[in-house]
Amino acid sequence: MEMEGGEKSRSRLCSICKQRRPALKRPKTLQQVILLLLLLLVLLKLMEMVEMTIHLNMVFCCWFYKICRECFYVVFEEEIHRVIVDNNLFKPGERIAIGASGGKDSTVLAYVMSELNRRHNYGLDLFLLSVDEGITGYRDDSLETVKRNELQYGLPLKVVSYKDLYGWTMDEIVKMIGLKNNCTFCGVFRRQALDRGAALLKVDKLATGHNADDIAETVLLNILRGDIARLSRCTSIITGEDGPIPRCKPFKYTYEKEIVIYPLSYTPLILLSFSFLFGFDGIYSPNAYRGFAREFIKDLERIRPRAILDIIKSGEDFRIATSTKMPEQGTCQRCGYISSQKWCKACVLLEGLNRGLPKLGIGRTRGVNSERQKDDGVKNLQSKACGSLDF
Amino acid sequence: MQLTLEFGGGLELLCDSVKVHNVDVDLPAEEKKLTMKHLLAWVRNNLIKERPEMFMKGDTVRPGVLVLVNDCDWELSGQLDTTLENKDVVVFISTLHGG
Repeated sequence: MEMEGGEKSRSRLCSICKQRRPALKRPKTLQQVILLLLLLLVLLKLMEMVEMTIHLNMVFCCWFYKICRECFYVVFEEEIHRVIVDNNLFKPGERIAIGASGGKDSTVLAYVMSELNRRHNYGLDLFLLSVDEGITGYRDDSLETVKRNELQYGLPLKVVSYKDLYGWTMDEIVKMIGLKNNCTFCGVFRRQALDRGAALLKVDKLATGHNADDIAETVLLNILRGDIARLSRCTSIITGEDGPIPRCKPFKYTYEKEIVIYPLSYTPLILLSFSFLFGFDGIYSPNAYRGFAREFIKDLERIRPRAILDIIKSGEDFRIATSTKMPEQGTCQRCGYISSQKWCKACVLLEGLNRGLPKLGIGRTRGVNSERQKDDGVKNLQSKACGSLDF
Repeated sequence: MQLTLEFGGGLELLCDSVKVHNVDVDLPAEEKKLTMKHLLAWVRNNLIKERPEMFMKGDTVRPGVLVLVNDCDWELSGQLDTTLENKDVVVFISTLHGG
């Protein structure tokens, strides 16, 4: 009876330190195959048949279920470290820009990156890179946050604005085209803005704060859109390696929930300030398509937290028949940015805005690209214009 | 029963942009204990001023809303069945915002 009581009270403690009260349940569970392998290794080790050290990390990664705050923040950081090391995300001496929106993901990313860089001697030069879309009242707060981060972590900050890059603020665009479809503009412009900003900073790579939930959402969206070109790309942890500035996602396997809890769980991190960007999709576009996928993912998570990682896994394992004709990647004839069409999406949209035909380039492209292609007799690349949400 | 309720991640916008609420919740008539289930119903009726669907779905919080009872994920304490004590702190954070 006593034994039972002891067992029961121990199971109420953190699974790592066995001392403190657990504060959260981790959705990660060990895959059975790995579990068996690990058991086998331990067994072999015990029988002295192999010489090896069993790293705590191996056990760390997945086992724990209930975990206290102190252990959580150690494990959280170590897991990001493992992802970075296992995927060779960075090389010593590289200059890395961190896409910083002032929201939770990028703020936590900036903090964790600067912390790990110091702790594990990555030898990286880190920078913060922000984009100012020119949405009144939206960026004011978050830009303040990024400026605070700049001071707190001692990372140099560069802000690029839509107005500088394109001559239009988002407010002006919305005035012109109304509340529908403006996400297309914002997304396309932002993607390029980050690249152009990164080029200005002369960095080797761009790290973004996309988390596991975001990527699972993107996988679903790309399936719904039937966009196989992006589906095959969106789950890779590094993209655009052949382009001028590759991007990577150190939070690819990190649940959004844990990114929210992380800054709450570590007291010295109260320093870590960020603004919650509530309803970003809601400011100008109340019915953003992504919102439905997002809600669906959260519904799934409630039933089975692993579903998020499983969707990512499915996306990774998706293979496209070699006979499928994929859109060729070229460069935009106008601005030189990578594009599968003659003009990149941003230039098409910009042309539409400047000519007063803002619908140009939204939905299936029947505007500039197809017209010009006929005129110039350029081979039609058979690729369809996709939405703007690109990873 | 005295409770401190905190709303974050944008949920505060649903209750007049006030983040921290010190409230006094009465026990339901025929019950001895206050559970999260009752608290959620109380919050919905008394604190949420607009768009309750951003906060609740059915009789529980909307998926994507984190609930911490005394700094502890409510999944550990039994979610809707979590019993609340005097002076407990309950935090609601939406993760449905951008970032």
